Amino acid sequence: MMFRRQRPPMAPAVPAEPLTNTRIGWLMAVAACALLPHADHLPAWLNAVALLLFIWRLAQWKLGWAGASTVVKALVVIACCAGVTLTFGRLFGREPGVALLTLLLVLKLHELKSVRDGHTVVLLGYFMLLAAFLYSQTPAVAAVLFGSMVVITAALIALTGPPAPVRALLRQSAWMLAQALPFMLVLFVLFPRVPGPLWGLPLDAFGARSGLSDSMSPGDISQLSLSGEIAFRARFDGSAPPARDLYWRGPVLTSFDGRTWRQGEAARRLNEGTPHAVIGPRIGYEVTLEPHGKNWLFALETVAGLPLGARVSDDWQVLGSEVVRARRRDRFESVPTARPGREEWSAYLETARRLPPDGNPRARALARQLHLDAGSDAETVDAALRLFRREAFVYTLTPPLLGEDGIDQFLFDSRRGFCEHYAGAFVFLMRAAGLPARVVTGYQGGERNEVDGFVVVRQSDAHAWAEVWLDGEGWRRVDPTAAILPSRVERGLADLPAGEPVPFVARADLGWLRDLRHRWEAANNAWNQWVLSYDQQKQRELLSRLGMAQPDWRTMTAWMAALCAVIAIALTLWALRRQIAADALARAWAGIDRALRPAGLGREAWEGPLDYAERIAALRPDLAAELRTACTLYADARYGRAAHAPAVRALRTHARALRRHRTPPRT
Amino acid sequence: MRDALRRWLASLGGSPALPLTLDRRRIFVLPTRVGLVWGVALIAMLLTAINYTLSLGFALVFMLAGLGQVALLHTFRNLLALRLRETPPAPVFAGQPALFTLWLENEAPRPRPALQLTMAGAGPVDAAVEANGRCTVTLSLPTTRRGWLAPGRVTLSTRYPLGLIRAWSYAQPQQRCLVYAQPEAGRPPLPVSDAGRAGQRPQGDGTEEFASLRDHRAADSPRHVAWKAWARAPDLPLLTKQFDGQDGGELWLDIARLPAALPLENRLARLTGWALDADAAGLRYGLLLPDARIAPGNGPGHRERVLRALALHGLPA
Repeated sequence: MMFRRQRPPMAPAVPAEPLTNTRIGWLMAVAACALLPHADHLPAWLNAVALLLFIWRLAQWKLGWAGASTVVKALVVIACCAGVTLTFGRLFGREPGVALLTLLLVLKLHELKSVRDGHTVVLLGYFMLLAAFLYSQTPAVAAVLFGSMVVITAALIALTGPPAPVRALLRQSAWMLAQALPFMLVLFVLFPRVPGPLWGLPLDAFGARSGLSDSMSPGDISQLSLSGEIAFRARFDGSAPPARDLYWRGPVLTSFDGRTWRQGEAARRLNEGTPHAVIGPRIGYEVTLEPHGKNWLFALETVAGLPLGARVSDDWQVLGSEVVRARRRDRFESVPTARPGREEWSAYLETARRLPPDGNPRARALARQLHLDAGSDAETVDAALRLFRREAFVYTLTPPLLGEDGIDQFLFDSRRGFCEHYAGAFVFLMRAAGLPARVVTGYQGGERNEVDGFVVVRQSDAHAWAEVWLDGEGWRRVDPTAAILPSRVERGLADLPAGEPVPFVARADLGWLRDLRHRWEAANNAWNQWVLSYDQQKQRELLSRLGMAQPDWRTMTAWMAALCAVIAIALTLWALRRQIAADALARAWAGIDRALRPAGLGREAWEGPLDYAERIAALRPDLAAELRTACTLYADARYGRAAHAPAVRALRTHARALRRHRTPPRT
Repeated sequence: MRDALRRWLASLGGSPALPLTLDRRRIFVLPTRVGLVWGVALIAMLLTAINYTLSLGFALVFMLAGLGQVALLHTFRNLLALRLRETPPAPVFAGQPALFTLWLENEAPRPRPALQLTMAGAGPVDAAVEANGRCTVTLSLPTTRRGWLAPGRVTLSTRYPLGLIRAWSYAQPQQRCLVYAQPEAGRPPLPVSDAGRAGQRPQGDGTEEFASLRDHRAADSPRHVAWKAWARAPDLPLLTKQFDGQDGGELWLDIARLPAALPLENRLARLTGWALDADAAGLRYGLLLPDARIAPGNGPGHRERVLRALALHGLPA
């Protein structure tokens, strides 16, 4: 610490107090609590080094082994810095930073000389807890980490206070944290949130995963991964449209090399201004998107209203201004009935007709035949769909692998596949027939959670469909998968043909399980919406709903200060209530004296309560019983462990009784 | 400058003279160095939370900030309503530490651990008081000169429970400690009771006349024990012979009879030493100073009077 050599600014120097063995034990517990949450994402070698150093320190503590010498520690530092650089490619950034902090913490355990070192360990421990939130912020992790906080705070108390049993320290720590809770809540709600990172984040700042990719090779995948992980959640202004109309547009694949569909040039060109021209009845909704490491946003077709900073590509895919590294919430408007691209560039249409020069001859012949029979473009589309419906195509999640001329193989031989196969084959047929067509990927459907009303879209809802451009109409959406298995787009995967492996989360038969899952996910969503995504926008929304007229940072800060002051005062009054009770005891005791003094029976200044009772008992046997009880009560409360409040009440009663009887009875 | 600040702080909320109850106006709180580092660490953690938009990071930082506030309250409460009293310090010889004993009384039903008392000019002393209990704390101040030693201002402080905040209060003990002159080391032997040489005889005629017997006291010289009486009845307690008038051991410690070349302090030191020797020998001795005359006597009370007169000679009261 930089402060090490400075003279304390205001407090006199405390002589460097050596650490007792108990305190060292507490610091080991701090290190364990701080390091365990990181074990699963640190490199294995670093975990091993940390564990070894920890066990060594433990043996030194418990079994009296020799400590690590300076040379050993220096070697460990050099070796580990080299290791971190080799593993992560650099020494700065999130991952290497956490790795170095881990190293620092374990090595500090070998350098415990004074209480000051103990304080360093405690602060490092708190910092490691914060770092653990970089990796996971689920309610369970939060609970575990706040439990760790109790241990670390108990260690802080052990560093300052006298030796005390472990349980007592833990209880005191938990108690103090409970008192800090109201401050935390007020600050959490009212502390003005600043959007975005303050400085450039390294690329590894957030983990990334996506169910979609920017290419598709239908024949190469023999098993579709069906992750129940949530891709995003949507909340509609009104009621949600039926699931079969929910096409969430993702990457559009225009180029085909005979095997793989890829995004074309248009995916990177931004379509200026066009969404505003979409006409029709709009529906508004809000999408809470999980981080997925791309700049894709998902909106219903056809999108008409965009959040700030979002754009639409020439393919009509919605793109954010930057990669989605954290959960984000955006508002969209869409017109489901509208069709984009009525006036499409001819150059673009040309690319949408392009096929590799050869390959798949049977499919090409079939397409030419269909087009000839149909007579018009629109008829060709219908004829192809009829073909899919008529022939014995099977929807399966485990199709056979396809070789050379995969589309021929699929259309005429195997006839088994999932959405990618159907969309790919359909677009190929259309292009071979001379119609501009493209593959659109994205998500289809979503499940409405009855508990909180959100529509949940999972990775297993990933889908691929086709778009065909028709003169005078624009891009028409065609979903060939729906032609063979209509239920796929109406009810999701739960209605797959018998024998197909269905993802556990999508099974329909276990009603109670589904209900339980809905509740669990609604709780998770509430946690995400209100705790994890509590940002500037949510904060303003909440504060306006609470009646704050102008929730800008000035008002928020003022409220924050005021509420914190109120809590501090309330807490002070509450903490000192026993002080007040103690004073009440003194007043009640003085009441006894006031009651008897007029009769000349006052207490002498030097008299203790019990002596006083005996003296008066000798003088006035009629008051003896009453006064003895009162004096014993007072002595027990003041000098013993008796509770004050009941003693105060009883003393007042006794004082009244004594006052009534202080004049001697006439005989 | 710093001391003036402390004096001003100490005077807030009334005179800090003991006995004293620490009320809220007398207790001051400031963050310790650990507390300041804690604050800096919190700011760093807050920036991290903002940068990575870690909602739970915010929660953690705010929790710790709240904890700091709670620590302030608890540290403050650890001193609040503590009562301080003092006991008169016992006289010491110059060179020995003067011991000032304070009573800490806790009328609250919770303990007050980890207290620290520091007297200006002395090292810190740790203390802790039980719930509804009391304890004594002895602060020792080094002494160099004879005379009255006023106790320094006492600072009572605590960092409990978290060590982030230091609460402190000032108290001014009122009872001075009497410091006797340091007995001269390697002093000449007592000018024993040859009347002509050792001193004048201002009163009495020196006839050594047995007067009575009284109970033996530890300080009595063995020469005065009634050994014959004891030999007759060994079961009875020892008796000491009392003599009327001045016996041959009567001694006047007269500063005027010491070499004038000797500095005053050295002469007082020698007389102090002699007084101790005479007391140990069970002699009756008197003291003659220019401003004081103490008739010959014996016993602890007499010894104290003599030493006090020597300690305060020539000093303002």
